[in-house]
Amino acid sequence: MSKTNIVGTSSVRVDGLAKVTGAAQYVDDLDFGPGLLHAVVVESTRAHARLKKVDVSAAEKAPGVVRVVTGKDFPYKFGLYMQDRYIFAQDRVRFVGEQIAAVIAETPEAALRAAKLVKIDYEPLPAVLSLADALKKDAVILHPDLGSYQRVPWFFPRAGTNIAHWRKTRKGSVEKGFKQADFILEDTYTVPRYAHCPIEPHAVTGFFDLSGRLTLWASSQSPFAQRNVMATALKPFGLSHRDIRIVTPYVGGGFGGKAGVSMEIIAAVLAIAMKGRPVKLNWTREQEFMNTSQRQGVIARVKMGVKKNGRIVALEHTLHWDAGASAEYGANVVNAVGLSATGPYSVPNVKIDSVCVYTNMPPCGAYRGFGYSEFHFGLESHMTRVAKAIGMDPVKFRRLNAIREGDTLAYGAHMNPGDLRGAIDRVAREIRWGKAQKSEKPGRAIGKAVACFWKAPAMPPNASSAAFLKFNEDGSLNLTVSGMEIGQGFLTVMAQVAAEVLTVPVEKIRVETPDTDRNPYEWQTVGSHVTWSCGNAVRAAAEEVKARLLSTVARARHLKAEDLYLDAESVKSRKDKKFVLPFRDFVIDGIMRPNGNFIGGPIQGTGMFMPEFTSALGDPETSQGGHPNVHYTVGCAGIVVEVDKETGKLSVLKATLAVDAGKAINPELVKGQIVGGLVQGLATALYEDIRYAPNGRLLNPNFTDYKIPTALDCPAEIVPIILETTQPDGPFGARGVGEHTMVACAPMVADAIDDAVGVRLKTMPLTAEKVALALNGIEYDDVKGDNLGFCFRGRPCDYPFEVGGAR
Amino acid sequence: MKEIAIRLNGEIRRVVVNPNETLLDVLRGKLGIKTPKEGCGRGDCGACTVLLDGKAVRSCLILAIETDGQSVVTLEGVGRKGPTALQKAFVKNNTFQCGFCAPGVILSASALLAGKPQPTEHEVREALAGNLCRCTGYEPIVETVLAVARKNGRKATIRRKRP
Repeated sequence: MSKTNIVGTSSVRVDGLAKVTGAAQYVDDLDFGPGLLHAVVVESTRAHARLKKVDVSAAEKAPGVVRVVTGKDFPYKFGLYMQDRYIFAQDRVRFVGEQIAAVIAETPEAALRAAKLVKIDYEPLPAVLSLADALKKDAVILHPDLGSYQRVPWFFPRAGTNIAHWRKTRKGSVEKGFKQADFILEDTYTVPRYAHCPIEPHAVTGFFDLSGRLTLWASSQSPFAQRNVMATALKPFGLSHRDIRIVTPYVGGGFGGKAGVSMEIIAAVLAIAMKGRPVKLNWTREQEFMNTSQRQGVIARVKMGVKKNGRIVALEHTLHWDAGASAEYGANVVNAVGLSATGPYSVPNVKIDSVCVYTNMPPCGAYRGFGYSEFHFGLESHMTRVAKAIGMDPVKFRRLNAIREGDTLAYGAHMNPGDLRGAIDRVAREIRWGKAQKSEKPGRAIGKAVACFWKAPAMPPNASSAAFLKFNEDGSLNLTVSGMEIGQGFLTVMAQVAAEVLTVPVEKIRVETPDTDRNPYEWQTVGSHVTWSCGNAVRAAAEEVKARLLSTVARARHLKAEDLYLDAESVKSRKDKKFVLPFRDFVIDGIMRPNGNFIGGPIQGTGMFMPEFTSALGDPETSQGGHPNVHYTVGCAGIVVEVDKETGKLSVLKATLAVDAGKAINPELVKGQIVGGLVQGLATALYEDIRYAPNGRLLNPNFTDYKIPTALDCPAEIVPIILETTQPDGPFGARGVGEHTMVACAPMVADAIDDAVGVRLKTMPLTAEKVALALNGIEYDDVKGDNLGFCFRGRPCDYPFEVGGAR
Repeated sequence: MKEIAIRLNGEIRRVVVNPNETLLDVLRGKLGIKTPKEGCGRGDCGACTVLLDGKAVRSCLILAIETDGQSVVTLEGVGRKGPTALQKAFVKNNTFQCGFCAPGVILSASALLAGKPQPTEHEVREALAGNLCRCTGYEPIVETVLAVARKNGRKATIRRKRP
């Protein structure tokens, strides 16, 4: 890589001043005038029931009410990867919180009062609230029409069952592999559901104007994907892509929860119902928990065989996912895991079954990590346990099996560059691995652990990005892209890429949040892929601008373009050191020739990027033959904890994480992702504990009862480490890091607890309560009660993975 | 319905409110003040933090009618004469990510530093414990507040040296 001046420096965020002065606008900050209407949604109180009657007559007569809308008005399905979600419930409801009707009124209070007057007559259906029930032979079927649903070609739903998708990956022969093994460990791990908890709940205002144009102002990670999903679902209204416009101002946190389409389509149809008046729909915090998407719960069986020398020879990984009532997005999480559940290790014999199961719980979808956090919990816990069982150091064991560039992945493609061993070494050194520490406090013990991680963006093979760049008179530029600034610093990084190519200071580039009418295409801001994908598009646009700058000057001054170059906002010549032409002198008004003619014109450029080497067409029975993932980002995390042997309470003394960013375009922003991701990941291990009542009702949809960390709940020390092994097809060698930083957190906490007090927890979260119970010889399963963390009952070790033939 | 008068960001504003309206709803809906955000509506997240007579409070838990005659400062009122030292430091350090919690965090931190120019790390964490942030892991926020506090300390030392 050639030397860079702006890429690789910690530029100040382009949105920094707007965010600290309050100038940054979020959707609910936009004003729509006195004509604005407000909507409140009426939700199901049953997990599974037939809708006998929805009586809206009293609500319609309530003061301030303009209209009440039900599923009869909009009998349509939608979905990003599979159309299995309903705008409003039709003949039946499938989870507590599902939208049945909406009241539109002049004020939010009037809408709220009237919503309570909608009378719903339910005919109860047996609810599917355990995975075992969902998969048994005579199971209650949630989606009888599953076979006819439109879907992407890489999903394999089983019509007549509750299996929305089943990803199978087969490499070598696990039977042979286990025969060769000197030691085999098999065990079951569970990970419950989690909620994203962005501080800004979903908010959207829709406006269907009198000319038939639909505009949505939405808090979204996916403006173009939303437009596409809506154009597909709302075709009956004669709407095409050109009739739908999505405007996305700043987003108050996403974490995957604002990817794809969830409640936004409700606002779209309410706007259509109220042609000529804007309609606002804001989710409450409770609705944010219950009816956007959650992270899927999973029960996973890991069977690993190793040789005495520490080589892994076989891995069988079976995962049953609680997808909830629809899997339009969640099935792709299941798919991603089904391809990558070996973790970042080279394994010759692999059998992975990742099964997406419909249940009568709220729908799930993308969540930072996209399934990788979930499967790493079992896999990385297993890595430490296997190492200890064969008497090998867990760090050495990981190092020995760590994947290398060129290794064959489970589905047959080959591994990209990445320095996993370097990451392991840096982390081991940082936590002084191998040096036992004793707590100075009585009754407490210190434990250490490391865990590796990897993750690839999960995206369709043709997911693409585009960028426009244009100069202004003073030599400043506007850059338009449609990746979303969800906090990660995307806009700043894109400005840095353009600034690097054009030798312009970052502060001279204005880059703002998108509008699908005016900004170029971006698939979605998910998968930690926009730095890489959109960065490539921005670089291409900047290269086009650069070529125009050079050719314009060459033509006007009769010079050779190849003798010219860009430096310090000017065109300069290698042949004539005195030749300097600042951009501001010609980028709009051109260059005057002696005869008074002007040469040039407004200088601008476009760029696009599509990963043309990918393919989702692997064999359904083995996954061999395709190239579903563009690349993996690898790394390692380490932790030092102190555990109170009486209460089980755990304090994190130190957490560290090394990630191979390829090239950190802005190191400070990469560190921001490491620190923020670590704290979010540690929260899933230590604090966040979702609970459903036995009837499927979410019990803790608020921050009093579902605890996310405060400033007082952080590790005493966090050490971010960046490694840089060039990603050859990335902008300046970069690859994504955003999601990866939470993936290793849970298993390293579990290992550190075991190291400190000899307690092995296999059920997340890893709360003080569980540690204390175990220390006192009490089985958590004996006292856990009826409330569910996901669709799972009973003891994990008894779970029949063979149920319904789904193994 | 009752008319109240508050000193909002230094200016007297009169507004007619219902007895059940929260200060947050009146600020956002009737007075065009959009920096206090609604993240939970029940006092858990702190995104709606404002300064009421100099004290950081959650405006979603306070009835507007109770604030008659009081002073209310929101983020709109903080950087009027240009960004404060704290705001500048937050920009320079790339502290915030999505920025939704920033107005509340800045007001809580400003109130802390106004009363205690050189707080300890624990005092900073305590003062910010009511402002939830899902992006940053809090470290950059706490470090920046402490950096500004250290600068306060140096200024105080210089002032003491020049009586």
